[in-house]
Amino acid sequence: MTVEITRPDAPDAFVAVRDLRVHFPTEDGLVRSVDGLSFRLDRGRTLGIVGESGSGKSVTSLAVLGLHNRRTARISGEIWLDGEELVAAPPERVRALRGKKMAMIFQDPLSSMHPYYTVGAQIVEAYRIHNDVSRKVARKHAIEMLGRVGIPQPARRVDDYPHQFSGGMRQRAMIAMALSCDPELLIADEPTTALDVTVQAQILDLIRDLQRDFDTAVIVITHDLGVVAELADDVLVMYAGRAVEYGGADDLFERPEHPYAWGLLGSMPRLDREPAERLLPIRGTPPSLINVPPGCAFHPRCAYCELTGGLSTTEVPPLTETAGGHLVACHLAPEKRREIWENDVRPTLESR
Amino acid sequence: MLRFIVRRLLLLIPVLWGLSVALFLWVRALPGSPAQALLGERATPEKIRQIEIALGLDQPLYVQYWRFLEKALRFDFGTSIQSSRPVVEEMGRRFPATIELGVTALLIAVLIGIPVGYFAARRHGTWLDQLSVSASLVGITIPVFFLAYMLRYVFANQLGWLPNTGRQEARMLDVEHPTGFYVLDAIVTGNGPALSDALLHLVLPAVTLATIPLAIIARITRAAVLDVLNEDYVRTAEAKGLTARTITRRHVLRNAMLPVSTTIGLQFGLLMSGAILTETAFAFEGVGKFVAQAIPSRDYATLQGFILVIAALFVLINLLVDISYGLIDPRVRVR
Repeated sequence: MTVEITRPDAPDAFVAVRDLRVHFPTEDGLVRSVDGLSFRLDRGRTLGIVGESGSGKSVTSLAVLGLHNRRTARISGEIWLDGEELVAAPPERVRALRGKKMAMIFQDPLSSMHPYYTVGAQIVEAYRIHNDVSRKVARKHAIEMLGRVGIPQPARRVDDYPHQFSGGMRQRAMIAMALSCDPELLIADEPTTALDVTVQAQILDLIRDLQRDFDTAVIVITHDLGVVAELADDVLVMYAGRAVEYGGADDLFERPEHPYAWGLLGSMPRLDREPAERLLPIRGTPPSLINVPPGCAFHPRCAYCELTGGLSTTEVPPLTETAGGHLVACHLAPEKRREIWENDVRPTLESR
Repeated sequence: MLRFIVRRLLLLIPVLWGLSVALFLWVRALPGSPAQALLGERATPEKIRQIEIALGLDQPLYVQYWRFLEKALRFDFGTSIQSSRPVVEEMGRRFPATIELGVTALLIAVLIGIPVGYFAARRHGTWLDQLSVSASLVGITIPVFFLAYMLRYVFANQLGWLPNTGRQEARMLDVEHPTGFYVLDAIVTGNGPALSDALLHLVLPAVTLATIPLAIIARITRAAVLDVLNEDYVRTAEAKGLTARTITRRHVLRNAMLPVSTTIGLQFGLLMSGAILTETAFAFEGVGKFVAQAIPSRDYATLQGFILVIAALFVLINLLVDISYGLIDPRVRVR
């Protein structure tokens, strides 16, 4: 697999994001939530975007859907969807694409569904915006979709309100709503975070099955590497609004090169290990997005910062290719990174 | 839903009973007595005694209460001391006037307050928003009587556009009033001049009475809409590709109406207390003015009867608000 993201001409990828910047001017200063992000995604594939809270994952997804308030957000860069650029497109055009060509599943299905309308009515509403059909036809379609996402007795449940559904069923209904217009791009923002562990796996299975059936491009946004391991073909690791590592899922789990990615792997609980062992948390807290640390934004928390000879405190590391399609933004020499991973980090992770 | 309504109506019985006891005791706790108020300076102990016996005030309290309750259940509240007419007859004359005034005021408050609050929220942080917030602050704090006399001075005395006081012109005195609601009467009898006369007389008092509720409704609407606009389900509606207009109509306003309808229900009490000042300032013969006068004249029968009926209306209106909750929010319905 090759990842070409810096080419300046019109993209051949289904989704291509180039140098995306989303800034919010506030009284305290400019919040750089996303600051120069690029990635691409083809049909039928899944991109996992991982990072801590405030790393810019959700802001990115909302930017793709054009859901930022134009009065409060400053957005620049390019977002290409199937050959159409969205950042400069008129809002009305982006609205017409929303829900039809690209759809979104949100984190908390209870608060994301309208409490006063039945589940069926909400799916019907989503379907009828983009399809000129009668209420009756749309309702039939809604029942079909509910059945499709595994809700038992869909013809009866279609008239229930969201609060009458269980958490897992609600997320299924949410997925049914998102998929009702057969979107080509599906963005799932923390789709399992609000759910019971037992239900999480079912929802992930469902998303994977539906993706295969509909040949959808999927972006999964999560802080849970387990979800990424389960679903993603490619992984983008974000830190402070930038990509710090980007590559195939195998590369990222087998040969991660960025110290932040090591930290994420280290803080992932493993059920197959002795519970007495401690996790390896990343020290410190995510940085302020108003005063992003100079140089590499991760350097105040990085255990290997000294090894760059001060470079990481002054210069922003560019995202560069380290091996076929595997990109890393780190001042450490690639050989050095691999050495640390093989001799230092990996043994620690595997021994705990 | 029906069970809910019946249960709430049954609940009205203990509420009103408790209120009748409290009211009965409060009225009698006022210093002085009706006899003293009636006789004034000419009062002698014998005369006071005479009138107290005539009014039944010489009986023990529980006997007096029992008589009051027994009659009240037959909707007989005795005779008003200030007007020497049955209290029920006074109610029939005065409640229509106040209800007409209150409903007009509430209509003004709702029809202006909700749109103002909504647009302020939509333009949150702009000068339009700030203007509406400061204007509503002025509306809440302005003293009712001051506003009343200012309006009278400008629109009646100086400009002469609107009548100064009262419910109708003297030349309308022979107009028939089958219901006591002058606007309704004029419409029913097809009397054009009487209709315009009644409406013109309503303008200034209704605007005065509407000011505070309008300001409060505008503020509550603004806050409620701002709240709803930040809800996840509004973002979902946007993500579906709904147009801004549909989102407003179907997803925002309906939710924002919940706190607004609560406020409107509670405003009723405020309207009643506001009506006392407004009716006095405009010499508008309604409930407020009559009850206010009943206090210095220790008109026990009037106070007991009117306040009880006002309280019952208050409870009923808030029951309507609770029913509207169920209509708006399915989660309330299921319970």
